[in-house]
Amino acid sequence: MATTTYLAASTRALAEEMERDPSVWALGEDLGRGGVFGQYKGLQARFGAARIADTPISEACIMGAAVGAAMAGTRPVVEMRFSDFALCATDELVNQAAKARFMFGGQATVPLVARQPIGMWRSSAAQHSQSLEAWYAHVPGLVVVAPATPADNLGLLKSAIRADDPVVYLEHKDLWAAEGDVPDGEHLVPLGVADVARAGRDVTIVTWSAMRRTSLAATETLAGEGVEAEVIDLRTLWPWDRDAVLASVERTGRLLVVHEAVTVAGFGAEIAAFVAEHLHHRLRAPVRRLGAPRIPIAYAPPLENAARVTPDAIAAAARAMLAPAAARAS
Amino acid sequence: MSPASDEARPPARNLDRERLTAHLDTMWRIRAFEEAALRGLSEGLVRGAIHPSIGQEAVAAAVCLNLARSDLILSTHRGHGHTLAKGADARAMMRELLGRAGGTCGGKGGSMHIADFSVGMLGANGVVGANIPIAVGAAHAVALRGGPEIVACFFGDGAINRGPFLEGLNWAKIFRLPVLFVCEDNAWSATTRTADLTAGEGAAARARSLGIPAQILDGNDAIGLDAAARDAIAAVRAGEGPRLLHVRTYRMTGHTAADAAGYRDAAEVEAWRARDPIARLAAALAEAGVDPARLEASRTEAAAEMADVLDDARAAPWPDLAAAFADVQDVGDPAERAY
Ligand SMILES: Cc1ncc(C[n+]2csc(CCOP(=O)(O)OP(=O)(O)O)c2C)c(N)n1
Ligand SMILES: [Mg+2]
Repeated sequence: MATTTYLAASTRALAEEMERDPSVWALGEDLGRGGVFGQYKGLQARFGAARIADTPISEACIMGAAVGAAMAGTRPVVEMRFSDFALCATDELVNQAAKARFMFGGQATVPLVARQPIGMWRSSAAQHSQSLEAWYAHVPGLVVVAPATPADNLGLLKSAIRADDPVVYLEHKDLWAAEGDVPDGEHLVPLGVADVARAGRDVTIVTWSAMRRTSLAATETLAGEGVEAEVIDLRTLWPWDRDAVLASVERTGRLLVVHEAVTVAGFGAEIAAFVAEHLHHRLRAPVRRLGAPRIPIAYAPPLENAARVTPDAIAAAARAMLAPAAARAS
Repeated sequence: MSPASDEARPPARNLDRERLTAHLDTMWRIRAFEEAALRGLSEGLVRGAIHPSIGQEAVAAAVCLNLARSDLILSTHRGHGHTLAKGADARAMMRELLGRAGGTCGGKGGSMHIADFSVGMLGANGVVGANIPIAVGAAHAVALRGGPEIVACFFGDGAINRGPFLEGLNWAKIFRLPVLFVCEDNAWSATTRTADLTAGEGAAARARSLGIPAQILDGNDAIGLDAAARDAIAAVRAGEGPRLLHVRTYRMTGHTAADAAGYRDAAEVEAWRARDPIARLAAALAEAGVDPARLEASRTEAAAEMADVLDDARAAPWPDLAAAFADVQDVGDPAERAY
C-alpha cells in the first residue's frame, strides 16, 4: 500500500496498461505536456509521441478517429479535457461508438475509453462544470464509470481500458488532488460492482464520484446524532450494482440517492424508480433524491453554491427520512 | 516563427493623430484592465480562470475602432479586449470577473462568458470555435432583416482545426453574409504550438480556398491593422460577402493567468516583447508630433481608471441568490429546489 492521489493513480493506470498491451494508446489536446490537469505527465517521454498523441483542437475528429482506430484493432484512450467539450463529439460517441457493434451485427467492437472530467471546480461556470452522466447511462452500448477514490481510479481505469465496449470515464476535477491508499501490485476493480464506503443500518445513501466524499462527511454528523447511514458508492453507473443497492435498502428500509448532477432526470431517478419497483413493501420512508436544482452552474461563488449538494443538505435529508411519518408530512 | 505581414505598409506619414491617439487609449485601457484583473486574481478576488490578451490588444482595438456601436461581435475565452473595445463599461466588466452584482452578466458568466448585448457584444465563449457558427447566424439574421450592421467574429489560431470553422466560413460565403472573420494567430493553442498541428498555411489559406478574400497582417502593428480593418469592414458592409483577417500576434502571458508558460522559448517571447503593439503605436505617434504628455496620459489615465474599476468591483456586493434561479427559461422556470 502507498498513499497517492486520484490524479497519480490515473497516470499509473494508463502507464501500466500501455506497458502491458502495445495496442493501448492515448490521444487528445496538450497530452505531451501532461494534459490540462497533469494526468498524462511523463507519459509521452516514456511511451513516445505516437502512443501519447497530441491532437489539434478537433474533438469530433478525436472521438471519431478513436472509433475508427478501435474498430481497426487498437485500444484508444480519448482525452476530452472537460466533459463539456465532449459534447462537440456527441455524434461520434453516441451514434458511432455506441452503435457500431450492434448495427454491424457483431462484426465490430469499439474498445475505447472516453475520459471526460466532470463537475464543479473553482468557479468554472456554466460550460466547464457539468455532470452529464445520466445522458450516457441512457445510451445503449455505452459503459459509464465515475470513480471517487485513488484506488478506484487506478483499478477502474485499467478495467475500462481492457473492456471491449466504449467506456465513458468520468473523473471529477475536484478529486484530482484527493489522496488515498492504493495497492502496490496489479489492482483491477471490476466494472459494475459497487463499494460500500460505510456500513450503517438506518438509511442507505447511494452516490458516486465526488459526492462519495460529501456523503461520508454527512454521515459523521449523523453518527453524532445516533443515525448510522450506509454509503454505497456505485463507481459504475452502467452497469450499476442493483444487487448491492437492493440488499442494503432491504436492511435499512430507506433510500437516499445523492448526486452532483441536476436532480431532474438525473441517474438518481433510475435508482429511485428501480428500488420503488422492487422493494416498495420494504420501504419505511419514501425514496428521496438529492441533486442540483435544474439551473446552469453560475460563476459567482454564492450562486455556484446554489447548485452544490452539501453535507448539511444530505444530513438534513437523511434526518427527515428517519423522522416519524407524522413529522415528515409537516 | 517571426512577426510577418504579406502587406508592406508605407512609412508612417500623414497619420490621423487624433484617431490613432484614441486607438492608443483603447489599447492602454485593455492592458490596464487586464493588469488590474491579474492583481484581482492574485488577491483572490477573481475566482475563475482568466485568459489575458496582453500583447494582442491592437487587434481588438483596431477592429472595434472601425465598427459602429450597432455592429455585432462574437468573442472567445480571451475576450476582455474585444468587449472593452466594443464599448462595454469597464466597471461592469470587472464586477463580472469578480462575480459581483452589477457585472455585465450579473456575475453569472465570469471572464469566459463576458458579454454586453447593449454594445453589440454577443458573448465570449468557453468552447473553442463555437462562436463561429453563432456569428454566421447573427449575420444571417442581419441579412434577413436587411439591416446595415456587420458581424465581426474573433477566434484563435487553434480554433481553425475544429469543424465549425469550415462549416461557418462555407455558410457565410454561400449566403454572402456580412461577417468579418478575425483569426488572432498568437502561435499557441494552450500549451501546444499550433503550427505543429495545423496543415497548410492556416486561416488565410483556408479562407481563400473557399473564395473568401483574406489578408495576413502584423497583429502588433496597430496602424496597419486599423487601415486593413477599415477596408475589410467597408467591403463587408458594402455587401461583398465575408472577409477574413489572419492576424499574427503573440500571447505575452501563459494560456491562463495560472500558466507560467515555461514551455516557450524565452528568445521567442523576448522577440515579441520588443514588438509590443502599444509601445510601437506610441512611438509612431511621438514621431508624428503628438505631445508626449498626451501619450503619457494615455497610459496613466488608463491605469488610474482600472485601479478604480477594481476598487469598485472589490466593494460591490455579491449577486442576490435569486439570480442563480433567474433567466434559465420562461416555460418551466425552476423553483429554488426542483424537488
Ligand atoms: C471545444 C474545445 N476544446 C478545447 C477547449 C480547451 N481550450 C480552451 S482555449 C484552448 C486553446 C485555444 O487556442 P486558440 O484558438 O489559438 O486561442 P488562444 O487561446 O490562443 O487565444 C483550448 C484547447 C475548449 N475550450 N473548447
Ligand atoms: Mg492561439
